[in-house]
Amino acid sequence: MPDDDAIRCDACPVLCYIKPGRLGSCDRYGNQDGKLVRIEPHVVLDRAKSRGETLVPFLERDREWDGNIVSGQETFVTAIGAGTTYPDYKPAPFIISSEVKGVDMVTVVTEGIFSYCGVKLKIDTDRFLGPEQNTVRAQGEAVGHVTTSEYGSQMLSLGGVRHLTGGSRHEGTVTCQTLLDLCNEKSVELAVDDGATVVVQAGKAPIVDGVFEERMRVGCGSATIGMFAKQWFGQVDEVVVVDDHITGVLSEHQAGKLLGVPETGIKMKGRRSTPGRYFKVAEPGTAWGGTNIDDPLTILAPFDSKGAWPGLRLLMVSTTGEHSAYFELDETLQPVERELPTALKQSVARIQENCEPAMCTALFMGGAGGSLRAGVTENPVRLTRSVRDALTRVTCGGAPVYLWPGGGITFMVDVTRMPENAFGYVPTPALVAPIEFTLKLHDYADLGGYVDHVRSLASINAGEGRRRVSARQDNPWPLAPTKTSEAP
Amino acid sequence: MPRAQVRFLPDGRRLYLQDGPIDLIVEAFGSPDQMRIAYRSASERFVDVLDELCRELSLLRREPSVEGRPIGIVAQRMVDAVTPYWPSTFITPMAAVAGAVAEEVLYTMTSAAALEKAYVNDGGDIAIHLGDGQQFVVGMVERPDRPSLFGTGTIAADQPVRGIATSGWRGRSFSLGIADAVTVLADTAAVADAAATMIANAVDLPGHPGVKRVRACDLASDNDLGERLVTQHVAPLVDDEVAAALSAGEEFARSLLPRGLIRAAALHLQGQTRLVSDTLQLEMAPVLSTKRGLVHA
Repeated sequence: MPDDDAIRCDACPVLCYIKPGRLGSCDRYGNQDGKLVRIEPHVVLDRAKSRGETLVPFLERDREWDGNIVSGQETFVTAIGAGTTYPDYKPAPFIISSEVKGVDMVTVVTEGIFSYCGVKLKIDTDRFLGPEQNTVRAQGEAVGHVTTSEYGSQMLSLGGVRHLTGGSRHEGTVTCQTLLDLCNEKSVELAVDDGATVVVQAGKAPIVDGVFEERMRVGCGSATIGMFAKQWFGQVDEVVVVDDHITGVLSEHQAGKLLGVPETGIKMKGRRSTPGRYFKVAEPGTAWGGTNIDDPLTILAPFDSKGAWPGLRLLMVSTTGEHSAYFELDETLQPVERELPTALKQSVARIQENCEPAMCTALFMGGAGGSLRAGVTENPVRLTRSVRDALTRVTCGGAPVYLWPGGGITFMVDVTRMPENAFGYVPTPALVAPIEFTLKLHDYADLGGYVDHVRSLASINAGEGRRRVSARQDNPWPLAPTKTSEAP
Repeated sequence: MPRAQVRFLPDGRRLYLQDGPIDLIVEAFGSPDQMRIAYRSASERFVDVLDELCRELSLLRREPSVEGRPIGIVAQRMVDAVTPYWPSTFITPMAAVAGAVAEEVLYTMTSAAALEKAYVNDGGDIAIHLGDGQQFVVGMVERPDRPSLFGTGTIAADQPVRGIATSGWRGRSFSLGIADAVTVLADTAAVADAAATMIANAVDLPGHPGVKRVRACDLASDNDLGERLVTQHVAPLVDDEVAAALSAGEEFARSLLPRGLIRAAALHLQGQTRLVSDTLQLEMAPVLSTKRGLVHA
């Protein structure tokens, strides 16, 4: 009956045969690459190990349960899988003390239910994703909108309470699923009204209308002229850097003038901004330099015979170096495409080299409201003040957060810095995200904390099975010293 | 080191018992003395349950009456709970294992101690004891993998319900159907467990391309479902499809009412819910719209 690739778990008398990548009937032991590993739902960050080793091998079970090895500051209990205070105002599921540098630290761990939350998505692309303010859809439902363009990137704002609970039930469900997938670093397909369809995944390159976006542009067309003018000088008579925002023309550009590049009689379509800089040479799109053109010559009017000459060498290139073409003018001043000379190939490669890899980045943004704060202290506003005074550190699955100034506890966190699958949801719909508040024990008592519910870290490790993951080396350790309320 | 784990949950009130795939949350209500007796007897009985079951595991993974009757009391309760469905439908005693274990531990407690009320929750399959005038408020979850209530029901001592079970494809056990969750109230936990499994199987859209099904044996070699196709994913369905699938389940659930196999059932699929109950007046209130602004972050 058992397959060759299944392993037999002898942790209990059920003796499951577990196939690779599957769990046994208990959901606690699994077959990972042929090894029996123990998997627990509650995540404990382990500082000592490098990331990637996320499961505790079965045979190291003694270590797992040894409170001495997992002592004090080397382990941080995250809120992932901790449960929530919903629906009652009761103490957070876990209030844990650990001794750090001789001072008792308390971490209040809960999973917050966030109705007010969303994802700010930054998509590195010069391709046109859609007009600002237009609706962004997933599975046909409105889940967000296009917001500002940033340098080399397009920002999308997804989620928010209006889509989660303000629209139809289906809109809310799809929005919740979209946010959940993005936050758990899964890929999501989004379609912008009157715009592109883009596949996004935190930490991965976007795919715009089926085209894998490899690089961010090095700069706008004008900036590219400025950066590479010297390298082109003498190699070519004219360069046009095609860009949906500002297309640059070497001979007219200030950089070209300074080098003494002669006029070439080139005539650009589009609207001239300042010398050598053109807006709107074409419509936005997903082809050359974020425009809709596949043939770069379509943005040129006929050359002026007063400036141009037969044999004039013209390079046209996009802001990422992804597209390029080389032309020479014939006797009638018509551009004729020729193979790119070696020196120009190198300059195109240099543009590509200077373009950073395109990425999607997703920041989860949410606000910790009444019941969540009430799970930490009987006097919720004092938690807000304590966070504001930097006496209390807020982390999200152990990852650092950016705390918005102003009222409340509204924060943003880079989902790629959190442990895997840190987010959940409730059918309200709303997202469930881990949140931890770490502060000194006496500060906790001062703000009306549930001191009676504080448990030692050792009791967590010894008492209940936990999933241990290693802490990311690039995250600050959540229990590193914070400010103290004591007078210096 | 004993394999089974016995301890209190952080609240110090509820007992947590775990052994292999069995996770029980136990809570007894009564005088401190009686509670202590109840918890001690529950713990002592619990440590033998898994070994007992595993001794007859191969028999329990086959359809009832094929190989004769098992010896264990829990195993016998499993067989009795599933036999009403057999042989007209495929079923094995494993469909009632969780409920039967819960029942056994509850029975041990109520035999040993005088309790006002008590429950044993085996991963959502719950056996309850209610003394005179007592009641339990029961919360229902939409998806067993996510803890959130979509409705509550009140069970009072003068009603016959002593077992609650929930089944669905997202849960820990495989399902042949597509229900997110089917919650059943029945006279015992084992009977409720078997019914929830069967009703969840009946909530289905056979041949629908949006339902991904995989042979159970391809997921777990020794599963009792063998080569039967179990649901692994359900794509978003249109409202009519959800209604059709729920109607199939509802029709089956209604057929169980006159046979006394269920007292009430709540069938849940992609945001739609159907309630089936007979003479039993169950107060099943949705909790979604209440207090949301107050409760949520």
